[in-house]
Amino acid sequence: MRRWLLLALWPLAVSAQEVRPSREFLSPALRAQQEDPSRHPGWLWVDEGEAIWRRGERSCQSCHGDISAMRGVATRYPAVASDGALLNLEGRIERCRVENQGAAPFGYESEALLSLTAAVARQSRGMAMSVPVDGAAAAFLEEGHAFYETRQGQLNLSCGQCHDANAGRRLRGDVISHGLGTGYPAYRLEWNGMGSLHRRLRACSLGVRATQFPLGSREYLTLELYLAHRARGMPVEAPGLRR
Amino acid sequence: MSDIIARITLPEAARRGEVVTVRVIVRHPMERGFDGPGLTPVPRQILHTLSVTYAGEEVFRMALSPGITANPYVEFTTLAVETGEMVFEWQEDGGAVYRRTAQLVVT
Amino acid sequence: MRRRSLLALPLATGPALAQTTETYEAAEQSILAGRMPAPTGITIEMPTLSENGNSVDIAIRVESPSTRADHVTAIHVLAEKNPIPRVASFTLGPRSGRAEVATRIRLATTQTILVLAETSRGQVHRAAREVIVILGACVDGG
Repeated sequence: MRRWLLLALWPLAVSAQEVRPSREFLSPALRAQQEDPSRHPGWLWVDEGEAIWRRGERSCQSCHGDISAMRGVATRYPAVASDGALLNLEGRIERCRVENQGAAPFGYESEALLSLTAAVARQSRGMAMSVPVDGAAAAFLEEGHAFYETRQGQLNLSCGQCHDANAGRRLRGDVISHGLGTGYPAYRLEWNGMGSLHRRLRACSLGVRATQFPLGSREYLTLELYLAHRARGMPVEAPGLRR
Repeated sequence: MSDIIARITLPEAARRGEVVTVRVIVRHPMERGFDGPGLTPVPRQILHTLSVTYAGEEVFRMALSPGITANPYVEFTTLAVETGEMVFEWQEDGGAVYRRTAQLVVT
Repeated sequence: MRRRSLLALPLATGPALAQTTETYEAAEQSILAGRMPAPTGITIEMPTLSENGNSVDIAIRVESPSTRADHVTAIHVLAEKNPIPRVASFTLGPRSGRAEVATRIRLATTQTILVLAETSRGQVHRAAREVIVILGACVDGG
């Protein structure tokens, strides 16, 4: 019942059936590499993240046990914390570090945080996204959806104008995807390394000549929630491999 | 840097005389060394050599230039001759040497 | 997967690639060393259209008996329009089993990729491929 109500409240421009996994928009070569850890450099970050998970006296492992316990977690993020804050995986890890491990935060986009986030997300690889959007999350979802549909920047484009209306079509050398965040943190060839979804979103904002919001900002967090909801049923691809 | 992160992939076991494919990815920026108008000069810092020793002798060597992609990937083959360690050694500009090993079981 | 690193003594230093500005033509001549290359025996697997010049996959296969008497000793990759044309050199031997290597290279622009393979019998094989490098639409210069 509740689910039907939600669908009625937030009609999507594209129905869930039409949204396709990000990997289907990759070139065959890139897609094959994404599925092959022996050829996917993103796994260097996953390996490092798993080492960080075990490192130190008050390690992640000392509370959570083996990192495999994180299976499924990435399918449910971003999520609303007990104090009402919307946290993505990066935010959850940073908060855990400060509050439970008594350590300084790694910092958004630091190699350590990217590694640990990739290692945690990878535990859900192939699992279907199923982010809760009821209760406290509902208002955040609405905000993110509004951001997605708003025309922005000098090019006056909304996210949906590319990622709904023109998905699958070519833009110069690229194929426009449905704009899901399921592959992040991802190794991007252009970056020569790993990067977060928010770094990618900053590139989107730049692309339409709009305001680039800070990493971890409310704008990108709520958008991330909307993208995760839009991706429901789609497989987690992190660590992704992107152009 | 006193540590290097690498991922070495080879079959867990091979028959004697079998040709084994080895894949190696290593984390390194392969800094080309930029210098130009408006740029802050960055010294070149790359891994310039990878050598692989197995069963008593060097079986593979690669000379790398700044034209090799960051986080270098390489794939090569070697004959499985005996159970033992494959030793991978990278030489970096400035003289640092990094070493990793992988085990090949030969039946 | 334990990481190990040793600041070991440098080994007998092999032929690291020259850091000087050697031209594409000079690099080829230096490898050929007066020999006439055979235009056969090398397969280059590479996309005709590269998605990103930062990372272009190249796989090379050289036909060879791969015996102690007759095997490939070296494979060289040259990029015509890169700032440093000599991109990589691979040293192989009789224990390589096959003459097959793959790596990922940076390409500054659309250009010719040249592969030279030397054998233990002193022969050189030569093959070339054109690669078109296209820039993506969504670059952020990051």
